[in-house]
Amino acid sequence: MTKPLANILVIDFSQFLSGPSCTLRLADLGAEIIKIEKPVTGDICRQLYVSNLVIEGQSSIFHAINRNKKSFVADLKNQKDIGQIKKLIAVADVLVHNYRPGVMERLGLDYETIKSINKNIIYADISGYGSQTEWKGEPGQDLLVQGVSGLAWLSGANNDGPVPMGISVTDILAGTYLTQGILAALYNRAVTGEGSSIQVNMLESSMEFQFEAFTTFLNDGNELPVRSLQNPSHAYVSAPYGIYETQTGYLALAMGKIPFIGELIECTLLADYTETDGFDKRDEIKGVLAKHLLTNTTSHWLDKLEPADIWCAEVFDYEKLRAHEAYQVLDMEQTVVTTAGTSITTTRCPIKINGNIFTSPVAAPSLGEHTEAIIKRFKL
Amino acid sequence: MSNRLPLEGITVLEFSQFLAAPSAGLRLADLGARVIKIERPQGGDLCRKLSFKNMFVGDDSLLFHTINRNKESFTADLKNPEDLEWVKQLITKADIITHNFRPGVMEKIGLDYPLVKEINPKIIYAQVTGYGKAGPWKNKPGQDLLVQALSGLTWLSGNNDEPLPFGMSIADIICGAHLVQGILACLYSRKLTGEGANIEVSLMESILDFQFEFLTNYYNGGGIPQKSKVNHAHSLLNAPYGIYETKDGYLAISMGNLQTFSLALDLQILKNYEDDDAFSKRDEIKQHIAKQLLTNTFEHWKERLNTHSLWSMPVLNWKDLLMENAYQSLKIEQDLITQDGKIVKAMRGAVCMNNQTFTNNKPAPILGQHTQAIKSELLNINITEND
Repeated sequence: MTKPLANILVIDFSQFLSGPSCTLRLADLGAEIIKIEKPVTGDICRQLYVSNLVIEGQSSIFHAINRNKKSFVADLKNQKDIGQIKKLIAVADVLVHNYRPGVMERLGLDYETIKSINKNIIYADISGYGSQTEWKGEPGQDLLVQGVSGLAWLSGANNDGPVPMGISVTDILAGTYLTQGILAALYNRAVTGEGSSIQVNMLESSMEFQFEAFTTFLNDGNELPVRSLQNPSHAYVSAPYGIYETQTGYLALAMGKIPFIGELIECTLLADYTETDGFDKRDEIKGVLAKHLLTNTTSHWLDKLEPADIWCAEVFDYEKLRAHEAYQVLDMEQTVVTTAGTSITTTRCPIKINGNIFTSPVAAPSLGEHTEAIIKRFKL
Repeated sequence: MSNRLPLEGITVLEFSQFLAAPSAGLRLADLGARVIKIERPQGGDLCRKLSFKNMFVGDDSLLFHTINRNKESFTADLKNPEDLEWVKQLITKADIITHNFRPGVMEKIGLDYPLVKEINPKIIYAQVTGYGKAGPWKNKPGQDLLVQALSGLTWLSGNNDEPLPFGMSIADIICGAHLVQGILACLYSRKLTGEGANIEVSLMESILDFQFEFLTNYYNGGGIPQKSKVNHAHSLLNAPYGIYETKDGYLAISMGNLQTFSLALDLQILKNYEDDDAFSKRDEIKQHIAKQLLTNTFEHWKERLNTHSLWSMPVLNWKDLLMENAYQSLKIEQDLITQDGKIVKAMRGAVCMNNQTFTNNKPAPILGQHTQAIKSELLNINITEND
């Protein structure tokens, strides 16, 4: 099938993860993405030294984030290059950047200026903390945003201190929300003929992510979340919610009436807990469960709990997951091939449309790989 | 610039419960769509009774209010032919349907995509499942913690060699956000082609996409992600990336060159490390840094790091955050006034357009609040159309 964003051209000034994860999704949905990169080093993510895994001189992370994109090198402080870029923007549908507030203005590439060369463009940006706040000049980096947004007090045990989530979650959410904004603006443009600007910042993205818990805090007189000490999982959810060690591994146990679970796993100590104890005495209950579940294997417990419709699952790592039929049936992997011929296995777009999964064999570009071709094609 | 909301004129029927799909409905509502929840007459969305800290506003949990503000409620027993007929009437007027029933349920009711498409060929039909519609997990409960556990996600956070879940419903949230992406992309293409679409997302595929950096690294020989044993933050990143305790609070420290950190933190021992050690010896490097940071105050270190252009920010809790000018000037809170006059403090979404935020103080609906009004509306439309 034709992908929904076929014929959409995106000029992408963004670096690292937040903006590029947005343009990755736009690429998955059929848009053409041209990364504008600075000479010599390009997107800083190319050099980000990660995990000792380097593919064709770039970090594996760069390859994951920038597959199915093109690279155009330009020095944004050079007038000739800026001239070329503006010609390119004049025929584009979407512009994405994640510079700190003020940078695009200094480069003469701010929304007002761009509108004068492309009235109906969709101009989308991600900042750390918004363009008007006291923190507008602070670095909008994922761990720092996790830090200021209270997110680090939701995972782990209450005596652990702050525990960050081990993925750049605020980057990814900001990118996800920016994609939503761009798509809404594209639809709006199709209806009204008018372009628009879209703003997303990482702090608000982190707060939106926490909206269930943060709203609870706002409405209960600002009581801070209290995490479990025992088998911590979610500060606001009752026992048994958590992960428990067994003789053979770990078991995730989500919901269920405590005495009923006790009956199923033959743990008499759980017989007398009431509904309200689930939250009020959750550490005590989880302590009993933790001790009891250690006495047998994960599959033993699953056999007892699953038939009774208690929500539980084995805890997998990537190796176990990848070997499992339920993973394989999803067909989640795709292979992309760089121009130099290196094959890289990565994930695909998680959205299925009319039964189709969207893949593309195009790998991440080498720095400036498409500069010449783009100059020719758009007569820059 | 007009004040038109981007999804003005779009109607969404939400046959969805709990968080994943309803959070998508919330975003569509904030962008201007009319979202009608189709609920069972007995109890409705199960989320109405699911609470945090036993907090309720009226008959419904605060949690329900949070996720379902700015929506309407229409009750229908989908097993009752008369009710089903009303729902089919509604479908003829709708643009989008979302549901998160387990595979097979909508087929039994007669509202699966092929049948709905017969009633309304331009419909955008969007379904959330736990693990897709095929394979051994297709009937497994699509629940956030279980999806976290099965997907490998729980091996990415915390300092111990033990699995630790994310303390938020990350699979639900990210999957709901992907659902919005799919719906909006198809709304756009429908505008050009006139064709509807059938969208499927699952909690599992969404949480795998969320881990795409780690999975790509793993698929290509990078091994199972290894956490730091101290001050862990991100398996793929070098020291000192992490959160550190100071004399009077915690500081989040981002990336940078070790020798610059050596200067900024006045830590001679870091001079003994090569750049390459920042990954391979990150635990010992982090231990040195952790020890040093404990010897002085947060302000002291923040200033030293700033001077050397190294990135850091304070680690705040929500009470601290409320006091910050930066937070206050974002104005992300909004008050809702419920049907019986109670005030619910809610938030707005993170997407802004033309520098305008999307706010709407319409509260979550009481179960069936709009059933009669919507039925009359349908009758009127039919009368007008017959004229």
